[in-house]
Parts: sequence; C-alpha cells; structure tokens
Amino acid sequence: MSESKPKKTFSRRKFIIRSAVGVGVLLGTGYFTRPLWRRSLADMANSMEPSYLGDTETPQLWFEVTADNQVILHSPKVEMGQGTFTGLAQIAADELEVDMRQMKVVNAATATGNIDGLSTGGSNSISGLWQPLRELAATMREMLKNEAARILETDAAALTVREGVVSGNGQSLSYGDIVKAVKEWTVPNTPPLKDVNSYQFVGKPIPRIDLHDKVAGAPIFGMDATMPDMLYGAVVRPSSIGATYASADASRAEKMPGVVKVVKEKDFVGVVARSYLEAENAKNAIEVTWDTGKNWQSEDIEEMIKVGKGEPFVIQKEGRAKRILDNEEGVVRAEYRSPIGAHAQLEPNGALAFVDGDRATVMISTQVVKITRGEVAARLGLDEENVNIIPTYLGGGFGRRLHTPNAMQAAVLSRAVGKPVKCFFNRQEEFQNDTFRPPTHHVLRAKLLENGLIEAIEHHVSSGDVMFGSPLFPAIAQPILGADAGAWRGGMIQYGKVPNFRAVSWRVKLPFATSWWRSLGLLANTFAIESFMDELAVKAGKDPVQFRLDQIQDDEAGRRLKEVIKAAAQKAGWKDGVQNGRAMGFAASTDANTPCAQVAEVSIEDGQIRVHKVTCAIDPGLAVNPDQVRAQCEGAIIMGLSASMYEKMTVKDSQLTPTLYGPYRMALMKDAPREIDVVILENAEAPGAVGEPPLGPIGAAVANAVFRLTGRRLREMPLEL
Amino acid sequence: MKISFHINGGAQSVAVDGNTPLLWVIRDMLDLKGTKFGCGKAACGACTIHVDGMAVRSCSYPAKFAEGKNITTIEGLSAGEELHPVQQAWIEEAVPQCGYCQPGFMMATAALLEKAPNPTDQDIDDNIVNICRCATYYRMRKAIHRAAEIKNANS
Repeated sequence: MSESKPKKTFSRRKFIIRSAVGVGVLLGTGYFTRPLWRRSLADMANSMEPSYLGDTETPQLWFEVTADNQVILHSPKVEMGQGTFTGLAQIAADELEVDMRQMKVVNAATATGNIDGLSTGGSNSISGLWQPLRELAATMREMLKNEAARILETDAAALTVREGVVSGNGQSLSYGDIVKAVKEWTVPNTPPLKDVNSYQFVGKPIPRIDLHDKVAGAPIFGMDATMPDMLYGAVVRPSSIGATYASADASRAEKMPGVVKVVKEKDFVGVVARSYLEAENAKNAIEVTWDTGKNWQSEDIEEMIKVGKGEPFVIQKEGRAKRILDNEEGVVRAEYRSPIGAHAQLEPNGALAFVDGDRATVMISTQVVKITRGEVAARLGLDEENVNIIPTYLGGGFGRRLHTPNAMQAAVLSRAVGKPVKCFFNRQEEFQNDTFRPPTHHVLRAKLLENGLIEAIEHHVSSGDVMFGSPLFPAIAQPILGADAGAWRGGMIQYGKVPNFRAVSWRVKLPFATSWWRSLGLLANTFAIESFMDELAVKAGKDPVQFRLDQIQDDEAGRRLKEVIKAAAQKAGWKDGVQNGRAMGFAASTDANTPCAQVAEVSIEDGQIRVHKVTCAIDPGLAVNPDQVRAQCEGAIIMGLSASMYEKMTVKDSQLTPTLYGPYRMALMKDAPREIDVVILENAEAPGAVGEPPLGPIGAAVANAVFRLTGRRLREMPLEL
Repeated sequence: MKISFHINGGAQSVAVDGNTPLLWVIRDMLDLKGTKFGCGKAACGACTIHVDGMAVRSCSYPAKFAEGKNITTIEGLSAGEELHPVQQAWIEEAVPQCGYCQPGFMMATAALLEKAPNPTDQDIDDNIVNICRCATYYRMRKAIHRAAEIKNANS
C-alpha cells in the first residue's frame, strides 16, 4: 500500500503535558486537521469521504500513559456499538508498539480539548481517524523513544520497542517508566508511518475491547451514571405534533412525596425529586397548557410527501433523460413509498448534569459532544470551557443522539436545586419526541432500448428533512448543498453506462421532527431504485445480476461495485427463479464510497414473508477489523429487514403512534435470517464506511424475491403481502 | 414497607413502597446498574432478571413480590471470577454491539437453558423475545447453542 506523504502535522507550540492525579502523566497535543467546514460539507453531501473536524486551536489530550504501562486513548468519536473503540485501539497499538492488552479507550470528555466538531456518525469514525491517529501514535512513539535515548544515553535509532518497552544499550524502560522520568518533552516531527502490511493488529479480527464489560453488565451507559447526592428529574414533554409549552399548574405536583422542586422555564416545565418514580409521578401531576395547531392525520402527511410538491432540486443529470421520458411511449413508470421510522434505540435519552456555580458537568449518551456542550453553555450563560461533557457508552445511537436538548434540560434542573440531577425520557416520550426517519415517495421512470439495456432512467424522491434543520448543518449550509443530501443519500443512479439519467430531490418540511436515522435516505432510495431495476430486468427478459453488471461504468467506483455484485451472486449461488418454494432477490448500492450487494433467499410461510438467508458482499476498503465489519453487516441487514418488513409510525389526531415496543413491531429473534454470509472485499487502500452501507440493498432484495414467489411487486415499505 | 430478599447470594432489606418496580430497587437503591431500563412496560426485556430461577421483567414486577425470594441479576450470573456459560458463549461469538440490551438477553438465555438444556431453534424463537436494536440476533442464536454446549460439558 502506498502512503500519502507524511505532512508536518504537529505544532510544538501546541503540545502540552499535564500532570495527572495518580495515573502517571497525561500526554496531549494539538492536532492540525485538514478539512475545512465547507470541505466537510461537500464530503457529507456527496462521497462521504473520511471526515474528522477537530479543533485546530487548543491543545488536545489524546493519549495517557499510566504508571503500569497502559495507554489510554481518549477518543473523539463515541462508541455506540459500531466497534470504533476496538478499531481505534488496533490502529494506535500498531504505531505505538504496544499490545492490545495494554490499550484502553475512553470517550474524550470535552475538558480534554479533544473534541470532534462533527458528530459520531456517517460511518466515518475509523476512516476519518485512520490517518490522524496513526500520525499521532507514531509521533508519540518517537517522542518516547527520544526520551528513552536520553535517559539510556544512547542513540534513539539504536533503540527497539516491543509491547511498550524501549530497549537498547543493554537496558530497558517501559513507557510508564519514561513518562515518570521526563519533566520536559520535545515533540519530534511526525515520522513516516509503518507499512500497513507490517501491522500486527490492523486487519485482524481482534475481539472487541468492550466485550467483557458488556457481558458483565458494567455500568458504562448514560443511564447508569451517578454522582453523590444525585436527585432525579423529569420534564413534561409534548405528546402531540405541533404542541408547544404555554403554561403549567404544578400546585398538586409540588405537594407530592419526594418532590424537591418544580422548575418552570419559558419553554418547558420539569420537576426534581428524590427518586425516579417520585419524579415521574410528580411530572404526571403537572397540568400543562399546550399551544396546539392543526389536527394532523397520516393522510395529511402522505399528501405532503408526494413527488411534484415542495421544492425540487436536480441532484444528478446526464444526457436527455427528461426529454426522452416525457414522451410517454414505451416508458415504464412505478411509484414507491416508505413510512415514518422510529429510532427505537434501547437506552432512552437522558443526561446526568451537575451545575456548580459557573461550571457544569454533564454525563450523557451523545453523538454530538461539541453541540451538546454549546447548548448547555448557551442556556446557562456559561463559558463553553467551563462546561465539561463526559460522553458515556451509548445504548444505541442510530442518529437519535444527534439532538440532545435533554442535556440542557438536566442542567437547568440541576442549577435550580444545586445538586446533580439525572433526567431521562420514558419510552412513550421517546416515541412521541423522536427525530424520525422521514417518510418518502418515489417516482421512477425508464425506457429500454431494443437490446434490453436502459436508454433513460429517472428517480424522483420526495422526503422530509434529514440534514436540513439539524444543528449539525446550520441554515448557511443549505444554499451550498442545494438539496438535503441526507434525504437523497442513495438516490442517485449508479449505472453510469446508461446514456441518459436524472435524479431529482423534492424537499418537504413536515410538521414533526425528521432527521438522521442510520443510513439516512439510503434505505428508502435503494429500496425504490433497486426494486425498479428489477422491474426493468424482468421487462427486458434479462437476468437481474447481469442486467446490472452490463450497465455499470468502468471507472474505479464502477469496478468496485461490479466486484461486490459478482461476489454476492457467486457466494449465494445466484439463480433467478423459484426453487423448492424459495426464491432469491438481488440488490446493490453504493454508500459513502462503499459498494454493497446482497442476495436474499425468501419463502412465503403461512402467508408471511420469511427471509432464510442473506448473502452480503461489501467492499469497505481496508478492513481494520474484519470481524466487526461482519458484525456491522449482520446487524445492518437485520435492522434493515426490520425497517423494511415491519416498522411504521402513523399519525392519528396529531399523535405519533405506536409508543411502545411490540405495537411498534420490530424484528425479533424469530424474524432474523438463520444464515447471514458476509464476503469482505478490500479493493481500496484505506478503510472506508461500514456501519451504514449494508442497510441499503436489503429491502429491495427481499421485495425482488417476493416478486418471483408471488408475481406481486411490493412497492411500499413495510412490505406486506 | 420493608422487603427482605436474597440478591446475588446475599441477604438484603429495603424500605420502599411495595408497588415500586423491582428494577428501580435494584438499580437505584442497590446500585446494580447491569439491569437496564428499556420501556417500563415489560415489552423489551432489557430489565430481565431471575426470581427463584425464573426469568422476570423487573420493570413490571412489584418489589413487594420479592419478599423472601432469591434474585439474580447479571452481576450475580457468574460464579465469582468464572463467567457463566452464557457469558462465555457471548464472548466466544462476540455478540454485543452497543451492549445495552445484552444483560437482559443473557438472563433470559440462562433461564431458558435451565428448562431446556439443549434448546432447538424453535425453543429459542419462542422463548428469547427480547429486543435488540443493533439486531445482534444472528450471533446471539449461535451463542445460545454454544452456551448450551459449554453448560452441558461442565455438568
């Protein structure tokens, strides 16, 4: 693998060394990152190239070396199940020359200065930190070696490092020994990185470093956080669309057992009590007057989400697709729909906050550490530097924790009582106040040539907002992007050999919050496009795998896509048709530069769609941890099945329902395919996206199999016979 | 009211409203955070514990019913340093992703293995009905079979 030329990425001036209490020495540095705000926007909008937006001004803490020779990595990306901590530990260990057993990873609190200005999301944690983290670790190793050389009175070049022990001149020093002995550090320039092929841990299926904590039930999540003298808070949340807080009568609640204080703010009312239940009970006794608006029904939402309504934006255009397709003769046309989807992550949102004078500490499951800090500081009128956000492990993220007003609310309650307050949503509130995956409507049109290939194809998607309206993408970004790149993610035509194609995104602002949901628009857009591709293949009388291969361009992206398509078909033993009551369905997508193809093997049992086996071929580039790539594919496939086959929120009299697991039907053990076969191709030198791309093809793959079994084309999610 | 029970092998007494769900006694009074809150309506299984060996969803189990009972939570599933076969299998198969729901699944599985030492796939489908949003079901099924193997080999 070739390496990009190492840049001088460190500033001596910014390097800091701080004394730690009881754990040796903290080592930190200011790491200068390349991406500018605009650059990152463009990345997010189109290719989702690796992006990491660190603070470029202040010193940041990355590594901590303990006296017993452990290295603690303070990660600016949080761990929400995607395995990032393990991958980062592998990357750091290889350049640091320590064993995996010596690596520990924690979420970087904002007080470390190591704050990612973006989010943990977009499947870019590993890819975005691949280069910076290796440079940091390599520099740290060299710095330790230089100090060891000075202590051992030898030349650094003569020293070797193994498992965090520097040896030479007949002597050895552990990293822990070195940091204890050094008072002033000199930061070397970033050394050349090692050859990737020489890495001991990168590329290996190393067990997750959080495995033991997670099977032991260790208290690692936001909900588990505690502080001395902690009280419990509850906030009254709106239960219907458009309701905003007007006023509250808390006279009954104030007299209830355990209540410490009712807190009335301009925009919400909450209560602090001695226990969770006392807070919940008191909250339920507060009588809130809400300002309400229109009485919304599902039909209203469906009427709004319709291609042709709202603001159109052409996101892709090649040739004369519109002109060809507007002449309706011989044109194939189909409409697809997807429903409102809930995040339904198992750990409810919440926060533990302690406001102590002009300082605040918040422990929270968040994907947007910097925004969370900004919101707390702004609300309390504190300096951001005086607000320390301590991210915990997330009990699921999936995009739900990109909105964290709960941190601000817990902080307000804490300030009102002068004690730490833990405050979280109940499950009903989670469903009612989710930031949903927006519903979509798709219109596809195409015309085939006489040889059965596509002459022109067009995809229109109408969707509620994903990026727009999010604190991550300020209004200023909207004109730069034009259309909501989250909503149309996966909505472009990926068959570049087709001479005429066009894709149009229609923006609709819905009356309830819609936002980031794992893979954004990919799930719905791929369902629509790849189902339609299957319709076209059938109409052309072609094998759907070959039909796709024949129309993919020959550039690098096309070559990688073709490779995963071939690999999936080959591994699944692809056959077009029904055999022994089962049929295969095929679909493929490219997301954030990661192509993925899937084959679903399906039957109909007792009138229900049954998915027996899914074969998945994915090319994320270098797989830092192949076992975790596999795990992400398995999980994404079943989550995608769940969303494609069962999940749906509806609106009745402005209430978003259902509000409980069960009624909000999700995939259970019995619904999961008994076989999931993942093939990993590595046709790129650097690691790419993994967490979201495998959500793309599954819905269409299943629907395409159902067509072969029943002759019915299911064009609406959730798929129902 | 005062309620006395055994939890993870030790005697324990708490003074609490008897209708308080046992989950909150375990989490907030006894500070055992491994048992999770997911829905509060016995719909997701994140709060699954054992009461006299039976899998129980503690968010909907009034504390007063715990009087005199033997309660086990995820913290008490292992025998000291040695992990329970279910935990061993969960590690071998690398099941957890976010991990939040996993204690509930492991407790449900441990209870299942007591009544069905060699569970069939159908047994698993019928009995393991918790919810995992990371959707780790594929590895979980393998881990359940593996846990049965480990447990049977030990006994």
